[in-house]
Amino acid sequence: MRHIISLLMENEAGALSRVAGLFSARGYNIESLSVAPTEDPTLSRMTLVTIGSDEVIEQVTKQLNKLIEVVKVVDLNDGCHIERELMLVKVRAVGQDREEIKRLVEIFRGCIIDVTDKSYTIELTGTSSKLDAFLEAIENSCILETVRTGASGIGRGEWILKV
Amino acid sequence: MSVELTGAEITVRCLQEEGIDCIFGYPGGAVLFLYDELFKQDKVRHILVRHEQAAVHAADGYARSSNKVGVALVTSGPGLTNAVTGIATAYMDSIPMVIISGQVPTGAIGLDAFQEVDTVGITRPCVKHNFLVKDVADLAETIKKAFYIASTGRPGPVLVDIPKDITQHKASFSYPSKVTMRSYNPVVKGHSGQIKRAVDLILSAKRPVVYAGGGIILSDAAKQLTEMVQLLDYPCTNTLMGLGGYPATDKQFVGMLGMHGTYEANMAMQYCDVLIAVGTRFDDRVIGNPKHFSNENRKIIHIDIDPSSISKRVKVDVPIVGNVPDVLKELIKLLKASEGKFDQAALKDWWKQIDLWRDRDCLKYDRESKIIKPQQVIEQLYNITKGDAFVTSDVGQHQMWAAQFYKFDKPRRWINSGGLGTMGFGMPAAMGVQLANPKGKVACITGEASIQMCIQELSTCKQYKLPLKIITLNNRYMGMVRQWQEFFHGNRYAESYMNALPDFVKLAESYGHVGMRIEQPEDVEAALKEAFKLKDQLVFMDFITDQTENVFPMVPGGKGLSEMILV
Repeated sequence: MRHIISLLMENEAGALSRVAGLFSARGYNIESLSVAPTEDPTLSRMTLVTIGSDEVIEQVTKQLNKLIEVVKVVDLNDGCHIERELMLVKVRAVGQDREEIKRLVEIFRGCIIDVTDKSYTIELTGTSSKLDAFLEAIENSCILETVRTGASGIGRGEWILKV
Repeated sequence: MSVELTGAEITVRCLQEEGIDCIFGYPGGAVLFLYDELFKQDKVRHILVRHEQAAVHAADGYARSSNKVGVALVTSGPGLTNAVTGIATAYMDSIPMVIISGQVPTGAIGLDAFQEVDTVGITRPCVKHNFLVKDVADLAETIKKAFYIASTGRPGPVLVDIPKDITQHKASFSYPSKVTMRSYNPVVKGHSGQIKRAVDLILSAKRPVVYAGGGIILSDAAKQLTEMVQLLDYPCTNTLMGLGGYPATDKQFVGMLGMHGTYEANMAMQYCDVLIAVGTRFDDRVIGNPKHFSNENRKIIHIDIDPSSISKRVKVDVPIVGNVPDVLKELIKLLKASEGKFDQAALKDWWKQIDLWRDRDCLKYDRESKIIKPQQVIEQLYNITKGDAFVTSDVGQHQMWAAQFYKFDKPRRWINSGGLGTMGFGMPAAMGVQLANPKGKVACITGEASIQMCIQELSTCKQYKLPLKIITLNNRYMGMVRQWQEFFHGNRYAESYMNALPDFVKLAESYGHVGMRIEQPEDVEAALKEAFKLKDQLVFMDFITDQTENVFPMVPGGKGLSEMILV
């Protein structure tokens, strides 16, 4: 099952490689990983998407907790949560396709942020599956380039992950 | 305003403040300023090894036998890469250790400088934590953190990488008396609700077993374990790492379990109904195939300080995360106060069954042999040292025979590389043990293959007059490799014969030690006695043993605990 794991860690050089190294050393999957400092510059917030059985995910969170620089770990799947991912897609847009793609972008509530006479660059946010759906909706041969940030997640309601 | 000290002075002062009396190392370009400071003082003694791997193993043996943090000091580049085997060895066995490594100057890092490696990167997977010091102002606190992390929670090696310019830069020095880290707060106290559940389960047992590992030794919980086991009258088994955690000569001890464990220990493990696992991790050499292990129905209580050790390979019913001696104390208190009754009748039947398994006499060997049997050497060593020696070992058949035939009644007497299985560990570890226990009898049980992996340390032993007794069980084979080839590879002994062996007697003598070669079974006892009479000298004993002897019982890889090959 897919799990979205959030962690707070010391914003120090090498902390990211400890997490990445843990996953490769123990053979855990990383679907995506995104990390950036928080409002407290000494802390980084990481969102990790991984796939595994309940036993594997239990080990993943325990092993992450064991890393000295990791301050807090939470499996967002344990409660209600919201997740978003940002995607930038450059597509070939000529002739009839220009209108068709524009409509599609509107349907997916994205925006076109750069235009040339042959291409559009589209910005789209949403859950990872929504982004997947958009890519499926666009004809494959039109897609020139795709950049995705990986998911970021946050708990619903007043629940917060803080030190 | 405190005085300003150089980074090198600060490092040495930190070691002094930590009460470190002995470190193991090898100098080089990046650590010259550190060595200069060591030279100017006499509180911290430096032991010069002949290879950095040995420095780390020696610090390891020092730590294991004394429960102090071991310290090793190596230079950048090859100094560090040589040390990696030692660091990984300590990591696998959770040994508290601080490794200080030199690094090229900060300005040269990343430029492929002479003797530069990415030390933090290379060691990351085999340390509990590591640091690269980038500012001399952070040095003292970093070293304090290193000692704190190494020795608390589940212990482990921590590395501090210090660039050469940092050892020259100055900063004001004050050694923090303690550090707090928001990201590191190991659990100490066990959950009281879980402990109560454990008590109920323990009292309900009809076929109980206590299975205790290296965590007992590391946390100094032998006393509490012994008290609990004797209070309950339950059988107790130790893992390879846990030997000495429960007195081996006690009748409730059923021997070591695992791949080369006793028949009675493995059968009891497989067929118990309540398993009390303490400071241990259900690893592959202990329970064999986890699926086969789970075929039998049993309830498991697991006490360990490391949450990630719990339910890793085997699902447990009552997990208790906490410091083992504290949890055991709590358990004992509740057991004593408990109204519940043990099922005495069931326990009696269980002991009857265990005694039947014991009657199988799984460790028997040919005592009439005309060739020296390795088991005989260990038994004699046990008799002559009255079970009171510190025994280190290398890795292979000799290690298993040592574990089976030397009866350890006390913790911290049996020192071996259980997790990583590092050949070459025995002699350097014994050096550390001897330095931590200057009056102790220290024996290193080894084989003619393992000993050659760190044999250069005979020189270190001479320099520091370390009177080790090196007991080489020389069967002219990498014995355990040969055994597996015999059992599982159709007797094809690929590259497992030790050709072109040196004359170990002459070799020992050339280093200034005493060498002995023992070829007849009737000479074993006298030779050992003579060796231990030479109190101030290292004696290298080359026992020419039976080439065909195998270690039994054996649980083949991938098989279940009850599927032993027996002699």
